[in-house]
Amino acid sequence: MSMDDKGDEKGMHVRADEFLQLFKKGAEFTQDLLKENERLRYRIFQLEEQQRKGGGPASFVEENRLLAARIEELEREKDEILGRIRQIEAENNDFATRYVEIEEENNNLANLYIASYQLHSILDFDDVLKVITEIIINLIGAEEFAVMLIDEKTGLLGAVAAEGISLDDVPKVRPGEGTIGAIAATGESHFVEDPAGYVRDLSNPMVCIPLKIKDQVIGVIVIYKLLIQKKAFVPVDYELFTLLAGHAATAIFSSRLYSDSERKRSTMQGFINLLTK
Amino acid sequence: MADKRILVVEDSPTMRQLIAFTLRRLPNIALVEATDGVDALRKLGGDSFDLIFTDINMPIMDGLKLVSLVRSDPALRHIPIVIITTEGAAEDRQRGLALGANDYLIKPIQASRILAAARELLNIA
Repeated sequence: MSMDDKGDEKGMHVRADEFLQLFKKGAEFTQDLLKENERLRYRIFQLEEQQRKGGGPASFVEENRLLAARIEELEREKDEILGRIRQIEAENNDFATRYVEIEEENNNLANLYIASYQLHSILDFDDVLKVITEIIINLIGAEEFAVMLIDEKTGLLGAVAAEGISLDDVPKVRPGEGTIGAIAATGESHFVEDPAGYVRDLSNPMVCIPLKIKDQVIGVIVIYKLLIQKKAFVPVDYELFTLLAGHAATAIFSSRLYSDSERKRSTMQGFINLLTK
Repeated sequence: MADKRILVVEDSPTMRQLIAFTLRRLPNIALVEATDGVDALRKLGGDSFDLIFTDINMPIMDGLKLVSLVRSDPALRHIPIVIITTEGAAEDRQRGLALGANDYLIKPIQASRILAAARELLNIA
């Protein structure tokens, strides 16, 4: 066998191997196609079966529609709940605000109650003036002020108690004359609009409150200066002024009557003692 | 039964009553009143207290003297002190706090501030 024959034989073997390999791959590919065909047939069978039982694309659409409706309903409920929460929060804020207001009113009422109680718990004239002074300092926050009463003999308004200023510095006033006299004549309270900008003038006080028993004015309270920390009047101050206008007047009047009756009783007791000895 | 004792030192009966009336709104509180610093020291020596409210301007012994004496007494220095006064200037406040007061409230009296100070110093919710 020549060298050329041997080379031809070897090339044939190589081609035969290549052919066998190709054939094997073709056989495997055919097997795969058959399997895929089988799988797709089975899938078609499944879908047909599902459609026959009422499932399938039509039921998916219906299910989607129901789910969308449910989602819409839940969204609406969520909005309602959120709205209700906002409403409750607003109510809660209202209650909190109201609570603070009631607490403030409660505190103010306590102040008024105690001021009133103190005014009516004593019968001594000087003690009544002392309580009025304490109320004006501690509850209203005034630093310079005076309590003025109408003298029954002279008919003039004069200071009977003062704080921060001398009694002698407070002018004597005839009812009807000047700011203080006008208050005594009309019975109407006087307040300057801007307490912080007020400049002290003893004839024109920052505040002038009439002391009234029914419609009769027996005196006035004049305020010339507030404590350094007191910049303006608050609503409870006006309540206190109203209380002072009535209750302080009554307390002063009662204590004077009591003093007079005590003096008379003492005088009469003296006479009786003289007569019975 | 009271588990917190408060001493209110104030010469004005009206203000004493008002402060006491306010503090009685706190739960389990016992109040003792004193009319000046000397009266307060006598009462502090006879019983234990959890808090003191004191005015500054009082006869016999003022509130600042009382604060300094309480702070220098080992048996009393732990008691919190609140000053309630008409003296509203910044330097007055600094002086009161420098002497050892825990709080400094200015008049006119505001019940809400008294209650807030008492709650804080007595650890009441």
